[in-house]
Amino acid sequence: MTFLFHTGRYFLFLKKVFDKPVKLNIFFKQIIDEIDDLGVGSLGIVAIISVFIGAVITLQTAYNIELPIIPKYTVGVAARDTILLEFSSTIVSLILAGKVGSHIASEIGTMRVTEQIDALDVMGINSASYLVLPKVVAMVFINPFLVMISMGIGIFGGWAAGAFTGVVPSAEYIYGIQYAFIPFYIVYSLIKSVVFGFLIATISGYWGYYTTGGSLEVGRCSTRAVVVSSIQILLFNLILTQLLLA
Amino acid sequence: MIEVKNVYKSFDGVEVLKNVSARFEPGKVNLIIGRSGSGKTVLLKSIVGLHEVDKGEIIYDGRSFTNMSEKDRKQIRKEIGMLFQGSALFDSKTVEENVRFPLDVFSDLSVAEKKERTNFCLKRVNLENANNLYPSELSGGMQKRVAIARAISLNPKYLFCDEPNSGLDPKTAIVIDELIYEITKEYNMTTIINTHDMNSVMGIGEKIIFISEGQKVWEGSNNEILISDNKQLNDFIYASKFLKQVREGFLKKGI
Ligand SMILES: Nc1ncnc2c1ncn2[C@@H]1O[C@H](COP(=O)(O)OP(=O)(O)O)[C@@H](O)[C@H]1O
Ligand SMILES: [Mg+2]
Repeated sequence: MTFLFHTGRYFLFLKKVFDKPVKLNIFFKQIIDEIDDLGVGSLGIVAIISVFIGAVITLQTAYNIELPIIPKYTVGVAARDTILLEFSSTIVSLILAGKVGSHIASEIGTMRVTEQIDALDVMGINSASYLVLPKVVAMVFINPFLVMISMGIGIFGGWAAGAFTGVVPSAEYIYGIQYAFIPFYIVYSLIKSVVFGFLIATISGYWGYYTTGGSLEVGRCSTRAVVVSSIQILLFNLILTQLLLA
Repeated sequence: MIEVKNVYKSFDGVEVLKNVSARFEPGKVNLIIGRSGSGKTVLLKSIVGLHEVDKGEIIYDGRSFTNMSEKDRKQIRKEIGMLFQGSALFDSKTVEENVRFPLDVFSDLSVAEKKERTNFCLKRVNLENANNLYPSELSGGMQKRVAIARAISLNPKYLFCDEPNSGLDPKTAIVIDELIYEITKEYNMTTIINTHDMNSVMGIGEKIIFISEGQKVWEGSNNEILISDNKQLNDFIYASKFLKQVREGFLKKGI
């Protein structure tokens, strides 16, 4: 029952969000601010996580290959495909669901409980659109860039770990990451990242927008936002994989 | 003039407003008074359309707000200024940006004209040299002033204030009351204030509606309120023993 209630209200909310902005110059300025806040502000965490996971993927793959007849460059192939297919799009988006999602939900939730949203509504501003649309546009725009940056840094992390530990020689790794390369994997990941960016912004915006009560509820709604957007990311990952790779 | 006609409003089956009717007059400070939880905020938010009423009608100078399309309502919304209980300033914006915000969104003024209007409004509420501060850096009384400046920036015909002096010390509370009173007179606005503060009632209550448990129980002016013999109203006003004795002394003298 509650699932149906929230699904229905979520789609009505989307209808409210996708409304013409009152003034385009204000809208563009908001988008730039959100790109800075949500996107550029997430670069650090994306870089740190990518370099470490890239390194770990490479080392684990290398240690798990026990047969001497399997060439070392396959480690590069495996690391590349893991990063391109799954890690950079899905895992990075899950982490952003935590960071960006809780940020969006608590910001909008606080505006709700302190009547700032009422203040917008009284003025005749579509508050859902004014507050959430710039975040949706910013996330859909910036998430593919974050994912591409994560891909680059992750593959670099794998190279660095392999080369510095001597487990995978540099030349082998570099050969591996170019071996049987399928460019569509990148396209596939970027498509996913656009969808995930949309899910994070709209779901977190939804939970923030419909907060009622006080600061306790703001905390609760931001947890809900993170949990629900994470689950939806996993669900859509499955759906998109079946649609795009099958 | 704002008319409220036979308004009902309930939440999840609980009736909060029951058949409320009232008229709020232009150029006057109209008060809605009552205990906490009596439905003052719900009534005020119903009048401005933040809540849709279940039954009844809200009329702004002959224009039926209740039966209006959202597009037509936008026109009336531009004539409304509202001061919320917790000020509701945008905390990511500075004082100046808060006051300028309605101008940015709704006016076609130039940057210089907007700046001038913003400073005029801030000056009107006696708040100068605070333009670049953020709401979190202001005292409660200053936040109220900024909120008033924001509410009047588009020169509204109607001003709504939800408990404008809650959380303020008595002296600051009176300053805010007087500010709202003066602005109402200057611009001949229809002002409606929610309050349970007797100082406001006696100080600026030109027209008073008393509601109790979602029903209008009494209406009159501050000159009439002390001598009314409405029992519910007296229970509200003379909540303290001290005030009850004052009233008895009053009546004995035969005023
Ligand atoms: N959005 C809401 N949902 C459910 N109940 C509400 C809502 N807003 C107010 N109420 C209830 O309506 C009653 C009147 O509240 P309110 O108008 O805020 O009182 P006050 O006179 O103190 O301003 C209270 O019992 C409150 O719990
Ligand atoms: Mg109230």
